[in-house]
Amino acid sequence: MSSWGSGLLDGLRVTWRNLTRRSVTAQYPDAMPVLPPRSRGVIALIEENCTVCMLCARECPAWCIYIDSHKEVVPPVEEGARERSRNVLDQFDIDFSLCMYCSICIEACPFDALHWSPEFEYAEYDIRDLTHDKDRLRDWMWTVPVPPALDPAAEEPKEVVAARKAADVKDTAPPGQEPKA
Amino acid sequence: MAEWVEVVLRVLVVIAAFLVLPLLVGQTEHKAMAHMQSRVGPMYAGGFHGWAQLVADGVKFAQKEDVVPAAADRTVFKLAPAVALLPYLVAFVAIPVGPGLVGQDLDLGLFFVLAVMSVGVLGSLMGGWASANKYSLLGGMRIAAQLMAYELPFVLAAVSPAMAAGTLSLTGIVEAWQWWWLLWQLPAMVVFFVAGLAELRRPPFDMPVADSEIVFGPYTEYTGLRFALFLLAEYAGIVLLSALTAVLFLGGWQGPFEGALGWLWTLVKTGVVAFVVIWARVAYPRLREDQLQSLAWKVLVPVALAQLALTTVVAVA
Repeated sequence: MSSWGSGLLDGLRVTWRNLTRRSVTAQYPDAMPVLPPRSRGVIALIEENCTVCMLCARECPAWCIYIDSHKEVVPPVEEGARERSRNVLDQFDIDFSLCMYCSICIEACPFDALHWSPEFEYAEYDIRDLTHDKDRLRDWMWTVPVPPALDPAAEEPKEVVAARKAADVKDTAPPGQEPKA
Repeated sequence: MAEWVEVVLRVLVVIAAFLVLPLLVGQTEHKAMAHMQSRVGPMYAGGFHGWAQLVADGVKFAQKEDVVPAAADRTVFKLAPAVALLPYLVAFVAIPVGPGLVGQDLDLGLFFVLAVMSVGVLGSLMGGWASANKYSLLGGMRIAAQLMAYELPFVLAAVSPAMAAGTLSLTGIVEAWQWWWLLWQLPAMVVFFVAGLAELRRPPFDMPVADSEIVFGPYTEYTGLRFALFLLAEYAGIVLLSALTAVLFLGGWQGPFEGALGWLWTLVKTGVVAFVVIWARVAYPRLREDQLQSLAWKVLVPVALAQLALTTVVAVA
């Protein structure tokens, strides 16, 4: 049981302890925050990688990705071959006023056209300016950092494992025979 | 010739102290309160750790529109901030900082200061009444109740050192002060300090201006400079209460090297008490209205009376 008046001393003690400790406030505009790896700041787009497969727009839970495209006919590569048609991106907008930063579009993209950039200073005075078009999304690409190194005990990436397996098969295969994989 | 020059000088020094010291206390409150709450407080104004924050606030207040509510009692409404502020300025005159370092050394200094200080409360009452606002009126009535309750222990506690010293002159009290009065007059000092906090409506006794329930009490309708004057009055009140506590109970300029540094001792003691005022604001939650009243009547008044009896016995013996 606490004696009478100990609460009064407690109040003084707690505030005095805070007073004598350094505050941990980050002086944000003067000192930029140190963000952890894989920070979700803004979504960047490599337009060249995009095939307009629409997976990102369909998976988006907030329906904040707007894509439009048209088909272009590419002349045949060699004589007698068929003409190919190719999707050309007309519009790729992400409305960051709707985006919930869930990262599903980036996971869904099969061609690595979408990436996270840690940049976060894109506040606007008009909510309509929060819809970034494909050029602006392309510009964010310059701020995308290299992927962080793997943890020491992590599994090897799938690509590396597959490549090593292929190389091993090639090395052990008798000469003259092509490896299957 | 020389006489009136000296009078003018003294008045100017008192006015300068009256304008500077409250700002110092206010800035200390900004920063100390911030750090006590694990914040950093103002950081930008003036460049170095926001030292000019209150200057910036003053400029802001001066630029604001001076609004008087349509239903307000205009004369009383406009007069209230001056009534709240001026008594503290007048009381400053009688506070001795060092031997002879006083605006005007009055034989009845203590009586004068206490009498003038209680006039300041009238300003808040006037503001509460004249604002034509229910929150203001409620706040004003709470101030009146608080004044009624706390004036008694405040004065009773202040009487104790005067009786011990055998004089009502503030200078005389400091000169009669002995170090063991710290123990002998300790209950009176606590009562005086707590009752003073309550008279200033400082947290934890800020029920009349409790922003979470009656906006800002009597100051709700005030804007611009008039509002700034009320704030200045609050901080001038803190300085005055701290200085009075230092002079009555902490021995004023008494201390090592008092010959040369006496005035510094008074200022340091005043500063320490002012810091405790700020500290109490951060550390303690607001008292409820009934708790306010029961603290005054059931604790402070009996303690002050007991102290008075003790002082009488020791002084007579």
